[in-house]
Amino acid sequence: MKWLAIASFCVAAGFLIFGAVALRPFGAPTLKEMDDYFNRFSQPEVAANNAVTAIVFDYRGYDTLGEATVLFTAVTGVALILRRTKK
Amino acid sequence: MTVVVRTITRILFPIALVFGGYVIMHGHLTPGGGFQGGAVAASALAMVVVAFGAKSLSGKKGLLSALESLGGVAFAALGFLGLGVTFFANVLAGSGGLFGNPVPYGPNPGDLNTAGTLPLMNWAVGFKVLAGLGAVVLLFALFGGEHDR
Repeated sequence: MKWLAIASFCVAAGFLIFGAVALRPFGAPTLKEMDDYFNRFSQPEVAANNAVTAIVFDYRGYDTLGEATVLFTAVTGVALILRRTKK
Repeated sequence: MTVVVRTITRILFPIALVFGGYVIMHGHLTPGGGFQGGAVAASALAMVVVAFGAKSLSGKKGLLSALESLGGVAFAALGFLGLGVTFFANVLAGSGGLFGNPVPYGPNPGDLNTAGTLPLMNWAVGFKVLAGLGAVVLLFALFGGEHDR
């Protein structure tokens, strides 16, 4: 059990160290094709000046639908817990 | 609360509501949008709850529930509107009709009549967040503490 713990710690630590070493230099962009696409086409395609709104409500509408569902679930949970109960 | 807080709440309540509506309405032009503007407008409700007590708003729970449901249904329906292409396709953008003005690439002063379904979705999400956060604050204030109402 002790050796399993040590081995898993070494694997996790090695993974983190490898990730830290393999980082790009500070400030260098990693994957900028999608950024360039949004910068270039959010105005002509969606006709919105605010690229963030264009992404949130158009390109990733599913994400916003899930966010609205999360809010609805939170309100439902609060209303379920905090209700008048007969004693 | 004291009369100072109540008076300032009377002054600030419409201002907060109008500013929330402004942030929602200009969501496709300036930073902000439905979630942020709805949170600003919900802060007006929270202010009323703090200043006048939760009992003053306890009759509005049905209204908040209806607004929340209306916002969710309107958002999903606007998503279904673009089902001819894909779900959440922006069919109104650039069509020349409602919110259909084209936008050139690059910096421009901004036109409120653009972005297709985005302003409508902003309003739907804004009402949803306003009603949701307002209902949460109201329920916490109504049923949360027994001694400090």
